[in-house]
Amino acid sequence: MQTQNLKHYLVKFQSVIALLIMCIVLSFLSDRFLTGENAWNVMRQISVNVIISVGMTLVILTGGIDLSVGSVLAFAGAVTAGMLKFGAEFTDWDIYLGFTLLGALIGGILSGTFLGWFNGITITRFKVPPFVATLAMLTIARGLTMLWTGGFPITGLGDNMAFIGTGWFLGIPMPVWISAVIVLAAVVLTNKTKLGRHIYAIGGNETAAKLSGIKIKKVKLIVYSIAGALAGVGGIIVTSRLDSAQPNAGFGFELDSIAAVVIGGTSLSGGKGTIMGTVQGALIIGILNNGLVLLNVSPFWQQVIKGFVILLAVVIEKFNSKED
Amino acid sequence: MEIKNNQPPVLEIKNVSKDFSEVYALKNVDMQVFPGQVAAVIGENGAGKSTLMKIISGVHLDFEGQVLLNGENVYFKNPKEAAEKGVAIIHQELNLISHLSITENLFLGQELTTKMGLLDYPKMHRKAKELLGRLQLDADPRTPVIQLRVGQQQLVEIAKALLLESKVLIMDEPTSAISDNEVELLFRIINDLKSKGVAIVYISHKLDELFKIADQFTVLRDGEKIGSGNMKETSHDKLIQMMVGRKLTERIKKKSALVQEEVLRVENLCFLNPENKNDYLVNDISFSLKKGEVLGICGLMGAGRTEVLEAIFGLFPKYVSGKIYIEGKEIRIKSVNEAIEAGIGLVPEDRKLQGLIMNMNVEKNTSLSNLNRISSFGFIHKNKEEELSKYFIKKLNTRVASSKMEVQKLSGGNQQKVVIAKWLATNPKVLLLDEPTRGIDVGAKSEIYTLINELASQGMGIIVVSSELTEILAISDNILVLSESKLTTKLSREEATEEVIMKAALAEKEDKSQKTGDGRQETGISSD
Repeated sequence: MQTQNLKHYLVKFQSVIALLIMCIVLSFLSDRFLTGENAWNVMRQISVNVIISVGMTLVILTGGIDLSVGSVLAFAGAVTAGMLKFGAEFTDWDIYLGFTLLGALIGGILSGTFLGWFNGITITRFKVPPFVATLAMLTIARGLTMLWTGGFPITGLGDNMAFIGTGWFLGIPMPVWISAVIVLAAVVLTNKTKLGRHIYAIGGNETAAKLSGIKIKKVKLIVYSIAGALAGVGGIIVTSRLDSAQPNAGFGFELDSIAAVVIGGTSLSGGKGTIMGTVQGALIIGILNNGLVLLNVSPFWQQVIKGFVILLAVVIEKFNSKED
Repeated sequence: MEIKNNQPPVLEIKNVSKDFSEVYALKNVDMQVFPGQVAAVIGENGAGKSTLMKIISGVHLDFEGQVLLNGENVYFKNPKEAAEKGVAIIHQELNLISHLSITENLFLGQELTTKMGLLDYPKMHRKAKELLGRLQLDADPRTPVIQLRVGQQQLVEIAKALLLESKVLIMDEPTSAISDNEVELLFRIINDLKSKGVAIVYISHKLDELFKIADQFTVLRDGEKIGSGNMKETSHDKLIQMMVGRKLTERIKKKSALVQEEVLRVENLCFLNPENKNDYLVNDISFSLKKGEVLGICGLMGAGRTEVLEAIFGLFPKYVSGKIYIEGKEIRIKSVNEAIEAGIGLVPEDRKLQGLIMNMNVEKNTSLSNLNRISSFGFIHKNKEEELSKYFIKKLNTRVASSKMEVQKLSGGNQQKVVIAKWLATNPKVLLLDEPTRGIDVGAKSEIYTLINELASQGMGIIVVSSELTEILAISDNILVLSESKLTTKLSREEATEEVIMKAALAEKEDKSQKTGDGRQETGISSD
């Protein structure tokens, strides 16, 4: 019984254990790793991935996938930057609308939400498989970003905007605050609310969920919209940190995001997984990135190693679920 | 009982045990299977039948005891090795790849190739055609199996086993999804195989069937062998007693105090076939259901039984026309939610695919259609959820270790109780049950009958669709018989007998049946 219990805990906290081991090993290998400065550094770096991965987790829990988050992030960032810097000018009517920071932020998040909602519509209304629908959005949103920015970065956004991505509040970096609030909200959503339960039910068995009176289309629409909105938040943070909206921002972010979700133990077929798992997944990727940089591993090798870590995580997961 | 036989057994199981973590799934089971005979394995769900079959066919590898094939100790490392050595299994669930052709499925993993290493289709088709001929399955071997009826697919599975020239053929509930005609055909094939010396292990819930086809029986209960012997020397009652270890009351005693108050009326219900605009799945059906009435609906396979329920439940609003009244008020149901609000519940035909979220626990499955009632501002009250689930576990006598147990770990009967609990929790006025006891054991079956009766006596209107006539006869106050999407007869409990129902079900079918050879109704007497 004792060993059984021990094994149970080993399985349950495997990600935490993996994280601890990584931290211990890295602190021996590099004296710069285990410093307060580096810790905040890692946290700040992963915060954007955490935020978009929360949305990705919800999408994957319903049995879907969202490949468009990186492009949507870029678009939302560009919209925010554009609104903040240039406002909206309608020369025909001689109207000029300027936006406050808050207005620009809302605009950015809404544009992300809209693109996410559009994903939801194509998936639920026109029955396009999520993979294809969001793959299409990946290029649509990237194209829209190019159109919006004309292919050039929008820079010089002011100190207030910069505070969101680089500022500190109560001794903690702003992006970490934002991601923490979003994670907390998502944990409550998945564990305590009807919507959360519906998300798990749809991923677990869509037919049974439908026959139980769950509004499949509505739930999916909400989930893809949330994913879009969170990509928007991510876009704002990225833009703020660089003090510029880059047309190619967020390139490949969907892959890191899916990796975090998968390492966190969420099943790609839906119905099984947790937000906290995803956070741990994002931490694992973040610390790995950070450690490899500190150890001066070449960027080429970093990618190879990251790929193997993803494989390893999934293999361990499969092995464990078989043991059950 | 000693089994007397002049031939040595082809397959012998000695002292086999198997435990899953702490629970014994099998305890010291012995069994012998003789060439040219059918050995029936009988037992309630969870009795260990499937586990035993999985051990024989090389699926479970860690077990105690011996499996002897032709007197030699064998240990199959996987099902493929077992099949090569002559032990083939036909699973309860069909294991065909739906978009591949019959031939491709038959030769899957043992394809014939030309000298170039390419697939030799002409040769494979020829062999397939020959096999299908033997099974009297009149289909082009190039047909994708998805286009075949379930019964025909079952035959393809059998053909697959024949191709291997198996010495031992294990059939796990082969008749659970096929029509009477096909059952007869299957029995002919089994007899044919018997005469060729093939030994058959036959698992079934349907005792009636076993008396027709089996030579020996082995009864398992809770992983232990309770008895075995010759089929000829036993009886229905004896087998049931061995299976459940207790006596069952034969039929539900009905309280015939029907109130005259109507709870559901359906007028001119039509359900257009979504795939064929000229075809009706339900054609102009009208009936009424009183409070406290149990209305049975039966008919041949494809007569539109399930579709009547689906039409009422609002699953296909675009294709359904007609009027539905609940307590005298006309309602238009366009979604499941509206059906729930109107007080209608549907326990669907397939609990695994349609009824349950298998990786969720009992609690969450029970509350799934009722989250509105146990939550405020979108937040679920977990204590209320637990209460709700525990109330129904007690009420329905669901056997679970805890309400937090995942439903995939429950037996079929207990899973079905969870589905029923989910719908009772919505407090329905009308409960629609589609095949409520399919694939569940005798004990749970009779509990569900009692429950249906009890719910009706509390004033619920209940419609039961079933392909088991005995079930319909046992629990219904009135019976509707459908044929070819139409309502042919309405019978009261007193008038209804199996013969009358079958006649009505075949009414409009007679003239066509020769041509289509289409599914006949399951008439087998259910095991209680």
